[in-house]
Amino acid sequence: MVDMSGAEALMHSLKNEGVNEVFGLPGGANLPMYDELYKSDIRHILVRHEQSASHMADGYGRVSRRPGVCFATSGPGATNILTGIATAQADSAPMVAITGQVPVEMIGKDAFQESDIIGMANPCVKYSYQPRDPSLIPQVVKNGFYIAKSGRPGPVLIDIPKDVQQNVAPMTFPKNHNVRGYNPWIKADPKDIESAANLLLSANKPIILAGGGVIISQAFAELSSIAEMLVIPVVTTFKGKGSFSENHPLSLGPIGMHGHAEANKIMTEADCVLAIGTRFSDRSVGTFEEFERDLSIIHMDVNPAEIGKNQTASVAIVGDVKDSLQSLAKVLAVKVVKRQETEWLKHVQETREYWHENLKIHPGEMSSHHILHKLRDVLPPNSLVTTEVGQHQMWASLFFDVISPGTFFSSTGLGTMGWGFPAAIGAKVARPDVPVVDIAGDGSFNMTENSLATAVLEDIPVIVFLINNYSLGMVAQWQRTFYDRRMIGVDQKHCPDYVKLAQSYGAHAIRAESLDEIERALKDALSSDVATVIDIPIDPEEDVLPFVAPGTSLKDMILPS
Amino acid sequence: MWSILSILVENKPGILFKITHMFRSRNFNIDSISVGVTDDPNLSRMTITTYSDEKQTKQIVKQLDKMIDVLEVEQLDEQRTFYRELAIFKIHISDANASMEINKLAMTYGGKVHNVRSKSVIVELTATPHQINSFEDIVRPFGIINSARTGVAAVERSTS
Repeated sequence: MVDMSGAEALMHSLKNEGVNEVFGLPGGANLPMYDELYKSDIRHILVRHEQSASHMADGYGRVSRRPGVCFATSGPGATNILTGIATAQADSAPMVAITGQVPVEMIGKDAFQESDIIGMANPCVKYSYQPRDPSLIPQVVKNGFYIAKSGRPGPVLIDIPKDVQQNVAPMTFPKNHNVRGYNPWIKADPKDIESAANLLLSANKPIILAGGGVIISQAFAELSSIAEMLVIPVVTTFKGKGSFSENHPLSLGPIGMHGHAEANKIMTEADCVLAIGTRFSDRSVGTFEEFERDLSIIHMDVNPAEIGKNQTASVAIVGDVKDSLQSLAKVLAVKVVKRQETEWLKHVQETREYWHENLKIHPGEMSSHHILHKLRDVLPPNSLVTTEVGQHQMWASLFFDVISPGTFFSSTGLGTMGWGFPAAIGAKVARPDVPVVDIAGDGSFNMTENSLATAVLEDIPVIVFLINNYSLGMVAQWQRTFYDRRMIGVDQKHCPDYVKLAQSYGAHAIRAESLDEIERALKDALSSDVATVIDIPIDPEEDVLPFVAPGTSLKDMILPS
Repeated sequence: MWSILSILVENKPGILFKITHMFRSRNFNIDSISVGVTDDPNLSRMTITTYSDEKQTKQIVKQLDKMIDVLEVEQLDEQRTFYRELAIFKIHISDANASMEINKLAMTYGGKVHNVRSKSVIVELTATPHQINSFEDIVRPFGIINSARTGVAAVERSTS
């Protein structure tokens, strides 16, 4: 036991958890912890807005699979960070957010820069703590990291009053967590595994639907092994994009509102779905009624509450996805002698070829299709890709093939504009050895572009691949499609000039107006040691197609005319 | 379907808020709620009753079970559960006959009469929600000036 202040104990605890970087912004209520940060060897990465701090921690967490840490002060600092916390919760990203709070005796008095961040954050955190005694900090941090990274990962908020940071108390640093009401390590029931194997083998038209859970548990090899053993097609949710290599012959890519036509078509014809680590989001499945046909669903998830929440399962397998898939593969290996190419697989392949040949794409050279194929051609397969939120994100879903599993990240649950660029910075901090590209749209990038200051000053050379239609493109598309072209609030004209903007921050900036220029710009950016913005103007009228309108079934997708 | 849920939680500030907020945010509804510390001062037991279909009830149980401060959650079998609610009614009385009649009704329902005055009487009733509703319907014509109910508290009956 040793006497130290709460803030000192916090830094000590963070080091014990292996934290080497934090993303944040100082303010009045977190100055004691910043003063201790000054003395520590933890790298502080200064943001220009707390929302970006939480998105950076989110990107760091998704890539490293260790909780990303962000700091904010009380009141507006804490409320600013909340969007990033909610985003991490929606996409099950491990994060520990640490906010300053007014002193204990001022809590509830409407003090300057006081906000009830614990109350506000309740629905969008996995758990939260507000230690009122400095001696509690070591255990709170130990528990917080354990909760954030285990089971279905998520954000944990630790809100520390200023006097608790300042006051000195005897500290004991625990080796173990003590969270008695939390047991994330559920082992799949062998009977359910057996039932699932039998159901898959008796199905005529089976399919695998892989969700984000596959990426979180890094179950790529297990997924491939089962798909190949059964010789069945794999579709993904958007969150699960890249959980299965998209150049694999059995891959049909993402389903859903902005899924591949062939993936949506085949999904509506399947008679048995092995759904892995997915919550059957409305964006993925259209209407839930679609799944009420004669269809067996095997639902595998680490979270028991996901079973039956949106979709009733014929067989439920609760447990870590990687572990469950390993068990399933063992059972299948005994039962499967040799699978022949089935009529179903032949039909799947014909359907894919049909849509590849017949789907009309935007004719211009600078269409999203060509631009994203060019990006794919030039980028090394192991590059990490984030996206902003909007049309470009959905074009990425459609046209950018993820080759190395687990290298694609997007705000799919909350759909947070402004996520991609700071998340890319966090990703690059976690993996400085690989290229990191943010596929951006102008509307979304504009929300957190001030993170360019962070990228430049902190030497974090990410690439912003900015598909610029000078508008809030997705909203514009909906206004064109569903509101009879009554266009309002979507035109961003030519302001700002992203090349000049990036240069003003000291970043490298290139405007690319042809595919050749894009290729040159990308090669330039990949060899650059400074953050680079590649501004790519496109036709503002280009739509994302195919498209499943909200509230409609996958089979009612709108196709390019 | 009316369900009784018995939930053992950490006795910490803010737990009631977290539980009730889960119901609100997940679009479930609480019919009644009662909370009290258990024989272990670190733990509280909440009894929540809810009207929901079977699928929703299962989902409520799972969502509660998922919460880190929840140690146990159980859907109690109504037939094998002892459950009671406390209700207090302040009832208008117009004359002595009315007073006598209410006294008789209270006795029938196992209630107690308090604070008898010339214009009102207070009846305390510990019973099932169904019995309390029934009593309320019967005394309503007299004029209920005020009433308060606690929500259900429940424990499973012994099986042996």
